[in-house]
Amino acid sequence: MAFVSSGYNPEKPMENRISDIGPRHASDFFPPVIAKNKGQWLWHEICEPGILMHKAESGDEVYTVRCGGARLMSIGHIREICEIADKFCGGHLRFTTRNNIEFMVTTLDEAKKLKEYLNAQKFDGGSFKFPVGGTGAGITNIVHTQGWVHCHTPATDASGTVKVVLDELFEEFGQMRMPAQVRISMACCLNMCGAVHCSDIAILGYHRKPPVIDHEWLDNLCEIPLAVAACPVGAIRPTKKEIVTEKGETKTVNTIAIKNERCMFCGNCYTMCPSLPLSDQTGDGLVIMAGGKVSNRISNPKFSKVVVAFIPNEPPRWPKLAKTIRQIVEAYAADARKYERVGDWAERIGWERFFEKCGLDFSEHMIDDFRDPAYYTWRQTTNFKF
Amino acid sequence: MAKHATPLLDQLQSGPWPSFVADIKEEAERRHKNVNNVEYQIPVDVCDDLLGILELSYKDGTTHWKHGGIVGVFGYGGGVIGRYCDQPQMFPGVAHFHTIRVAQPAGMYYTTDFLKQLCDLWDMRGSGLTNMHGATGDIVLLGTTTPQLEEFYFELTHKMNNDLGGSGSNLRTPASCLGDSRCEWACYDTQELCYQMTQEYQDELHRPAFPYKFKFKFDGCPNGCVASIARSDMSFIGTWRDDIRIDQEAVAAYVGGEIQPNGGAHSGKDWGAFDIQKEVIDLCPTECMWMEDGKLQINNRECTRCMHCLNVMPRALRIGNDRGLSILVGAKAPILDGAQMGSLLVPFIKVEEPYDEIKELIEGIWEWWMEEGKNRERLGELIKRQGLAKAIAAVGLTPVPQHVMEPRHNPYIFWKEEDVEGGWDRDIADYRKHHQR
Repeated sequence: MAFVSSGYNPEKPMENRISDIGPRHASDFFPPVIAKNKGQWLWHEICEPGILMHKAESGDEVYTVRCGGARLMSIGHIREICEIADKFCGGHLRFTTRNNIEFMVTTLDEAKKLKEYLNAQKFDGGSFKFPVGGTGAGITNIVHTQGWVHCHTPATDASGTVKVVLDELFEEFGQMRMPAQVRISMACCLNMCGAVHCSDIAILGYHRKPPVIDHEWLDNLCEIPLAVAACPVGAIRPTKKEIVTEKGETKTVNTIAIKNERCMFCGNCYTMCPSLPLSDQTGDGLVIMAGGKVSNRISNPKFSKVVVAFIPNEPPRWPKLAKTIRQIVEAYAADARKYERVGDWAERIGWERFFEKCGLDFSEHMIDDFRDPAYYTWRQTTNFKF
Repeated sequence: MAKHATPLLDQLQSGPWPSFVADIKEEAERRHKNVNNVEYQIPVDVCDDLLGILELSYKDGTTHWKHGGIVGVFGYGGGVIGRYCDQPQMFPGVAHFHTIRVAQPAGMYYTTDFLKQLCDLWDMRGSGLTNMHGATGDIVLLGTTTPQLEEFYFELTHKMNNDLGGSGSNLRTPASCLGDSRCEWACYDTQELCYQMTQEYQDELHRPAFPYKFKFKFDGCPNGCVASIARSDMSFIGTWRDDIRIDQEAVAAYVGGEIQPNGGAHSGKDWGAFDIQKEVIDLCPTECMWMEDGKLQINNRECTRCMHCLNVMPRALRIGNDRGLSILVGAKAPILDGAQMGSLLVPFIKVEEPYDEIKELIEGIWEWWMEEGKNRERLGELIKRQGLAKAIAAVGLTPVPQHVMEPRHNPYIFWKEEDVEGGWDRDIADYRKHHQR
């Protein structure tokens, strides 16, 4: 199709240019009941799974219907969300930090009708378009990263792994039978643009093979000193190497050498140098971490800990991943006390008991050996359980 | 008929959770039908080719996206992430597939007019695929070609009065919880502070001048719904320093079972009758609560504001009136030097327009980090390398016990010469007068 100009003039990029204006102010988008009662909210309750009610000093009530969404979303889908908001909510809606969609109305009756409507919408293939839930002591949406859909460093797919885990835990999204909220997060490599390191359960893509070196091109595509400096464990050094090129010439090139046994597979060198790819069908897979949280409630925020060192990539439905997470969730639901997060529960019963109750194997991979903080995770006491 | 067979991805159409595969397929179909006669500026089969290349990844277990190239809009060093696939002959529709980050409104409220306008724009000038939202908070628009970047930006700024977000070694798009727009626990207006700091630091956001990325996040209370303590270099968490407000009648209503605890969050299982002793008083981490003559008593001086009692009894207990925020610094994900949680820098500061005190602290931290930080060293890593005391000194604060969980375990104090009486210059001859060799 023909190129359609926006009005931008490439000859004069500064002509009519608008820049540095930032986002729109939130108040441009508030539904009337929010605009009116901002800063005047008294309390809230969860009327039923997926429906929240906030009460304002004015006596006003706002009912929020929360539904899950795949964070990877088409504009066709967003337009459908808009139609719903136009029909039920006067053209307003919001998204949550965990990729849920929230529709706000002012009576419980409207909220229930909306919930029913949302739960009735399906995609071709049968999946729900707008499953209602994600509130209270249950399992809400899994936040995630790009994965194979759009990233150059992933060790797995993000949208797919999240889909299968949420399929497995689907009924938990629509109910609230957990001891506390369970926050599950997914990052497809340890760059963790999704920052999953403080989640009740974290799914993490991980490489297990050191980079493969593209010697012929490395010195053309990368700054060798930057690649060397990128390695946190000092496994990379500059070297010269005699190679046979793609065209069959023998020549000596400036390149790097890697001490493979030192590599921790972080991929930082690949970020600095595209001639050092790590990804590999059998090398790559998943780590499961557990027991982290960000809330300060009762106990301090804490990091997630590695509880499963490796699960292979099994696209398209990653059965072992889904099964293992189900195991952890069920053990927690059965044994934890009310208000106890996964990490609080593990600390109370002891991590030795956590592995036992969750039916997980312990191995050397779960003993930290990365720098000083490792020492503080070893057991410096005779207080342990058999 | 689909352009590429996707037998593996098709298996993700079943199951109850919303299927991204079904959604992309439907979008692919809509583009082919083009009932609105959109003048598509990038290949019509972009969604088909995305499914095709993703199917290939599902088959061979590796990604097919290359390193980002340097693309962007004039005058900005961020906001666009260049993306090219490594099989352009097989999947020409996604040969160039750059991501655009669009700055989101704080709290992520929208009108449908705004979203529809964005959809129209992205329909014509991009893939029609998005993330609502990216992990940092931006609206992420997945996939367009280089010539469309300026065109998209021109329309975004002119028609929608909206800007791009951050990427690269700059201030990343700040994010906040929904704050007091719909939450009774917000100790300050998170959306307003987030917006004001975003506007104040537009230059830092668009033009990379930092050693590495830098993130602000604004949580209204210690519950931390935007996880600022775990994932922002500078985390602003609402708090208060006077007394929790108590409504004793509502306490009695909770005790009497008239109101469900925790806003009804546990209604999916029978946990038995509410027991204030067991569920609130005994779980208080500072043991600063008790019942006396049927009334709940709190020794507020001992309270650390963990939010548990407020969460359990939102109708009876409310945040104090002397509100402000705490600032924690240095949180980050594991890469490279291990994960870090934010460390307390400022125990309490009032949030008052024009926010000069907060800006001074931000700029003090930046000045120190830009001076001392190495290339690609996050603030948290610099603090680890040089010590928290240096960060405290950099913003001119006085160290207080609140800064640490416990005092140092070793006596290796790096005394400064000016702190030691008489300085360090000594005469060996003087010493030898009293000590033979």
